Amino acid sequence: MALVTAGRRFVQVTLREFSRRSTAAASWGAWRTAERCFSAGTPPLRSDNKVTVNFINRDGEKITVKASPGDSLLDVVINEDLDFDGFGACEGTLACSTCHLIFDEDVYKKLGPVTDEEMDMLDLAYGLTETSRLGCQICLTKSLDGMVARVPESVADIRQSKDGSA
Amino acid sequence: MSSCRLLLSQLKLWTSGGNKWKRGLNKGTGWSGKAFLSTSSCPKVCIVGSGPAGFYTAQHLIKARQDVEVDIYERLPVPFGLVRFGVAPDHPEVKNVINTFTQTAKHPRCSFYGNVNVGKDVTISELQQAYHAVVLSYGAEGNRRMGIPGEDLPGVYSAKDFVGWYNGLPSCRELNPDLSCETAVILGQGNVALDVARILLSPLDILKKTDITQPALEALAESRVQKVLIVGRRGPMQVACTIKELREMVNLPGTRPEMLAADFEGIPEALKDVARPRKRLTELLLKTALEAPGDKELERRKNATKVWGFRFYRSPTEILSEPNLNRMSGIRLAVNRLEGSGDGAQAVLTGEVEDVSCGLVISSIGYRSLPIDPTVPFDPHRAIVPNSLGRVPQAAGLYCSGWLKTGPTGVIATTMNNSFDTARSLLEDMESGTLDVSPARTGSQVVSRLLEERGVKPVTFSDWEKIDSLETKRGDARGKPREKLLTVEEMLTAART
Repeated sequence: MALVTAGRRFVQVTLREFSRRSTAAASWGAWRTAERCFSAGTPPLRSDNKVTVNFINRDGEKITVKASPGDSLLDVVINEDLDFDGFGACEGTLACSTCHLIFDEDVYKKLGPVTDEEMDMLDLAYGLTETSRLGCQICLTKSLDGMVARVPESVADIRQSKDGSA
Repeated sequence: MSSCRLLLSQLKLWTSGGNKWKRGLNKGTGWSGKAFLSTSSCPKVCIVGSGPAGFYTAQHLIKARQDVEVDIYERLPVPFGLVRFGVAPDHPEVKNVINTFTQTAKHPRCSFYGNVNVGKDVTISELQQAYHAVVLSYGAEGNRRMGIPGEDLPGVYSAKDFVGWYNGLPSCRELNPDLSCETAVILGQGNVALDVARILLSPLDILKKTDITQPALEALAESRVQKVLIVGRRGPMQVACTIKELREMVNLPGTRPEMLAADFEGIPEALKDVARPRKRLTELLLKTALEAPGDKELERRKNATKVWGFRFYRSPTEILSEPNLNRMSGIRLAVNRLEGSGDGAQAVLTGEVEDVSCGLVISSIGYRSLPIDPTVPFDPHRAIVPNSLGRVPQAAGLYCSGWLKTGPTGVIATTMNNSFDTARSLLEDMESGTLDVSPARTGSQVVSRLLEERGVKPVTFSDWEKIDSLETKRGDARGKPREKLLTVEEMLTAART
């Protein structure tokens, strides 16, 4: 079980129980994610109405899971107990960059627009690429079925040069 | 060994999905096995400091090895370090990391001992005898001094103390900053500087819904500060803040930006070959400083009653005071020019100076780690514990993580990664045998006995939960997420009821 996700699972479940609107944890970012996901017009979920998502973890292993349209990729990581150390530290509130994921260009194009606030946090991510996004801001749709999302390695030298600046 | 087996059976809860684990905790079944576990001959690691560095190191160790036991020692009765005492009160979402830290603290192989001052109540060598490894992650509690005349005049504060004051750090409770002036100058342009500027200028309606302390809220309600200048020795391309914090300033209700166009000469041209993060940050600065605002923004700026602005290429040389008045009245700034470009650009004095009259100076030029034990190597120049990937050289079994390891820069994610790295180094040393974990160590047992002899009574994590619930309850009454207890005595009383 992923230690990091335990707290979040609780929060996320709580969020769902309250339509993600009324808990203290449902800060602006999370609330907005929920808005975005709801506005996608998610139909009532049926078991056959799943989206296949492939993650590639930091060791290069492929993990394939089924997820519901309307969920964010951070939701999927939490729901499936995927063990990506430190993933989603701020619980989807756009206050960190730890749910950074990298996509192939064709998938990236389907992910929808990026807000300034997401870009701001992405700018702090390690190993930022042109096709990077934050998992908490990606809302699953049927058109993303079979997508691949790569969890970037945290690279020591990038970090050190960052620390050296100021 | 039997207790190690017990560990393995408990581990199933840990590895087989959050639900079960969570349920175990929720049912209040508790983990009374903790005391029992500590008699085992499993590897025992001690962590000094319970901020993000300490908790992220603990988290990685516990997850990566199924037999490691981790004890976290903390000087204050309350955990979480800078998440509680550093993160700005209007950034509650950053504090969500506490949920993960709490899960770590409640893990059967993790224990929290608050109210223990390592270096004083118990020495590092005593900890090294009790544990296979000691990880120092006590952060950077000192601050860099400006080293200029007048630095100690009333009206001059370090950002560290100012932040500690509004965040309820017991040692800063009596700061009572004088906010009766109109202009405040903040020295430094990092995120802490922007936090301070935001707190000084934020509408009260925003602040009163945060966990800012009540005395700070009352002082800010009486504040006459209308203008905040954020001064840096180099140029717009070298600001140390991150774009999120800058955007918050740009959008802060009731305020308008006021910059000097001359500070941005040559900047648009210099942007071409810059990496995306610096480019976007500088573009936002340029837009704020130079672009004509649209109608909506124009209206917003017209209605603003408070002003903020960056001042670039300026270094403080002296805090000015009125003759016969033991209080500051202004600051003398030397005008700099830049030599070189990018992050490595150097500020060089031009010989020109200018005086700015102000009644409040907050110096935000960086935190600084302090040595806590004469036996631990310390680099006084860089103010860190010298280390190689978290290993302290010539000190077997001694490690460091967080700001003590890297110096005081970076966001929480930076500290998370550097703490995971230290944990990886430690785990590698256990695997390779460089760190011998075969002789049994007594861990917290012997330390608890030492502490008892010395009259020190640690605060456990469940004691902290009593403090937490009292603070939350007090917050509820005021419509705030939390009303922090402000003295160690109050915290200890709450912990022991």
